[in-house]
Amino acid sequence: MADTVIAARGLKKFYGRIAAVDGIDLAIERGEIFGLLGPNGAGKTTTILMLLGLTDADEGTIDVDGFNPMREPLEVKRRVGYLPDAVGFYDNLTARQNLTYTAKLSGLNRNEARERIDAALKRVQLDEVGDRKVATFSRGMRQRLGLAEVMMKRADVAILDEPTSGLDPQATYELLDMIRGLKAERVAVLISSHLLDRVQAVCDRVALFSHGKVALQGTVAELSRKVLGGGYTVEVEATGPDLLALLSRVPGVQRATAAGTDKYCIVAERDVRAALGQAIIAAGGALMRLDHVEPSLDTIYRHYFEDTHGAA
Amino acid sequence: MARRRGSVWTGCGTVFLKEFADHLGSGRMRVLEWLVLLTGIGAIFTAIQDLKTTTSQDPFLFLRLFTNAHDPLPSFMAVLGFLIPLVAIGLGFDAVNGEFNRRTMSRILAQPVYRDALLLGKFLAGLATLAVALVTLWLLIIGLGLLTLGVPPTGEEVLRGVAFLVISLAYGGLWLAVAMLCSVIFRAAATSALVALGIWLLMSVLWPLLTRFLTQAIFPTTPLSLLVGPSYEQIVFQQTLARLSPNTLFGESLLGVLHPSTRALGPVFMDQLQGAMLGNPLPLGQSLLLVWPQVTSLVAGVIVLFVAAYVVFQRQEVRA
Repeated sequence: MADTVIAARGLKKFYGRIAAVDGIDLAIERGEIFGLLGPNGAGKTTTILMLLGLTDADEGTIDVDGFNPMREPLEVKRRVGYLPDAVGFYDNLTARQNLTYTAKLSGLNRNEARERIDAALKRVQLDEVGDRKVATFSRGMRQRLGLAEVMMKRADVAILDEPTSGLDPQATYELLDMIRGLKAERVAVLISSHLLDRVQAVCDRVALFSHGKVALQGTVAELSRKVLGGGYTVEVEATGPDLLALLSRVPGVQRATAAGTDKYCIVAERDVRAALGQAIIAAGGALMRLDHVEPSLDTIYRHYFEDTHGAA
Repeated sequence: MARRRGSVWTGCGTVFLKEFADHLGSGRMRVLEWLVLLTGIGAIFTAIQDLKTTTSQDPFLFLRLFTNAHDPLPSFMAVLGFLIPLVAIGLGFDAVNGEFNRRTMSRILAQPVYRDALLLGKFLAGLATLAVALVTLWLLIIGLGLLTLGVPPTGEEVLRGVAFLVISLAYGGLWLAVAMLCSVIFRAAATSALVALGIWLLMSVLWPLLTRFLTQAIFPTTPLSLLVGPSYEQIVFQQTLARLSPNTLFGESLLGVLHPSTRALGPVFMDQLQGAMLGNPLPLGQSLLLVWPQVTSLVAGVIVLFVAAYVVFQRQEVRA
């Protein structure tokens, strides 16, 4: 496991009597995009702050690139780029001046800083407005400037807290594309978010947070197998007599539910599309559409929390 | 517990330079400078009118520029005692909470610097800004004095002037520390400014009244005291109480430095005055010795307040 950049074990953090983070284990590898997902207040930001050494963990051990954030915070911060939730900049300074300040704080010399800032601004497409005051920047531009700061640091780890919240779809798309660029450079990227479908598009692995604990961890496919059972979902649009009963009798189908007029959602243990088609036509129905859908994180998430809520 | 590794000073210089540049370029600073300049010049000009008549008799003509009061304007010294806190509070009241409100705090602290460096850098930048303002003002006054009085200052006058600068800076630093403590404690900049200004008003206007009131409550007037005046204990008590206010300390130390004939800042017994040549100036060294406790107290106040701000800041959660 030489490629593990962040290893956290048994992390706990209490605010008074309440455990904001209650025993979290994480292992994130180089060149991987890892999603911390969960509702607001599930402990995502607190976990991030502990990884950065901005908040001390009450229990547990953290290792970031071989350093302990509680004892060697400077070394950790030198290797980690952080884009906080709703990042702020000094409005009276230009984009370039803002980055120069943080570059100096992270110990870069003048020439190196200028080169890296130019390159980073270009990558986030802010090179033309680099000498404009940040006060004139839109939300999306600020987020991109924050990302430029992370790139400028040439960090081994990039931690992005809610990077897409409050952005329009186009800006979100562009930002996620830039985040993919970081992965290509073997940077370990940690994204926290409550916007599940956006994050699904870029994440290799995710951890679902709930009440300070990691409820589920793994790739989206693994999670769907765990939560939804079969993990193979088919959408059917067809007309015919009593199709729901018919479809649920097809071998391999675990569950069939109606999803609107003449629309059905089927969860199966394997690819049953051919069998479904044959069954519908044999019963004299008209098949309009038959589609395999990747289970969305949204579905998994809702399903999981409905289940756990039902059990509790 | 293992110690934290890495120098506390990392990044302190960078923070200092950035904050210093911000202060010098800010509109707020310009307003405050004009305020100080105009009131200062007003006080100086009336002083000069007075001094022109006594040029030949006074050995410390230049120091009179600072201390001469001409109705209805107070002396320049008094004006400064009132205005330096205002400038210092103006520079410091949003030092820390401003970073939170702009949401830059977590971004800055995610860089390889300790919180110590951030706080110290900001404090030193405020102090340097104050120093620049004070030195400018001081040179301006000397220049005005040269032009209008036509007499160059003596070496001792210049040295006493430098002492005046140092004391003013310590006094300004104290108020800067008060303002920064407020900026750490209160998340809203307006609350922080209001509380800092409240403390300033309390110390400069209300405290003198309060000390008199408290002293009278503890040492009630008796027929004897009406006859022979207040007792020694009463005077010492009232003075000690008054010295809790930095304004008193500042006033007393300037009195000692700028009025070379000041021999004591507390009560003096008649037998202590035997053989004294009253009205004659003390040498500079003796004057400094006289105000040493006051200046030390000011500096100690700065350190205590800064440490308090530091402790509160260290315990603060970064998330807004």
